[in-house]
Amino acid sequence: MKKNWWKILSLLLLIYTVVAGFLTKVPDLPIIHQSIRNLYFHVCMWFAMMIMFIISFVYSIKYLRDSDYRNDIFAVNFAAVGAFLGILGYTTGAIWANYTWLTDQSQSLGSVLKEPKLIGAAIALLIYGAYFVLRGSFTDMDKKARVSAVYNIFAFAMLFPSIWIIPRMVGSLHPGAPGSDSGNPALNAQKDLDTSMRMIFYPAVIGWTLLSVWIATLKIRIQVLKDKTLLHE
Amino acid sequence: MNKMLKRLLFVICGLLLNAFAFAQGTPETENLMRSNGKIYVVVAVCLTILIGLFLYVFLIDKKLSKLEKDN
Repeated sequence: MKKNWWKILSLLLLIYTVVAGFLTKVPDLPIIHQSIRNLYFHVCMWFAMMIMFIISFVYSIKYLRDSDYRNDIFAVNFAAVGAFLGILGYTTGAIWANYTWLTDQSQSLGSVLKEPKLIGAAIALLIYGAYFVLRGSFTDMDKKARVSAVYNIFAFAMLFPSIWIIPRMVGSLHPGAPGSDSGNPALNAQKDLDTSMRMIFYPAVIGWTLLSVWIATLKIRIQVLKDKTLLHE
Repeated sequence: MNKMLKRLLFVICGLLLNAFAFAQGTPETENLMRSNGKIYVVVAVCLTILIGLFLYVFLIDKKLSKLEKDN
């Protein structure tokens, strides 16, 4: 039980997130109003995804350094949980955009979704999708692990321009872009994300990340059990 | 035996839900769940999902630990 304290911490942080996230006062901004509470859920998915991809990236480098098959298992499962979180983040973002970015009823969601931030996120997720396709196309285990580790490093390098840099260089409705005049806040805007929201947002990020790590470790343990003969134990 | 216990727990939970439904029969009563635009109902629903999710993950974790020990 001593090693499991972080799982309990994750549960407590997420309970705090839900209770405080729904019940505390939030700044009343035009257009988004109460939906700013999505910050504790939608944004956290992307934060957790980034952290999963960073961990996966580190294990891919570790694999290339020592060719330990265990590192490959870690890399692929963290990437899988990260991609899943990315899909959740994308879906929740689409729901949120449907009620905040559409200003008049005749506008279709499709016309709004042609957005640098959304296209960038889709590209990043598709690159990671190709990572799993690539893995599936090998029959030789060592080759699979090595080539996909190299590809994973490339995918991680592509993540930054596609979701952080390009959307911030061109105009976008998404917060954090120059010329976003939709009344949406960015994370660093002093007046929008006040201290009471930060007090919930950061614990929420930690809580969701810990839950994702937990799920990833479960997937890893299943695969380690399955491939026991390959790991020479 | 363990399975039986789980089923029993499930039935008891079901019976408790029934009690909740009866409590809602009186429309005029102002309690916590009905105040503030019924936001507490949303909190209760989300907490139920969250705790259920964690319980599920926890059970998988336990099952895996047992498998690892057997091997």
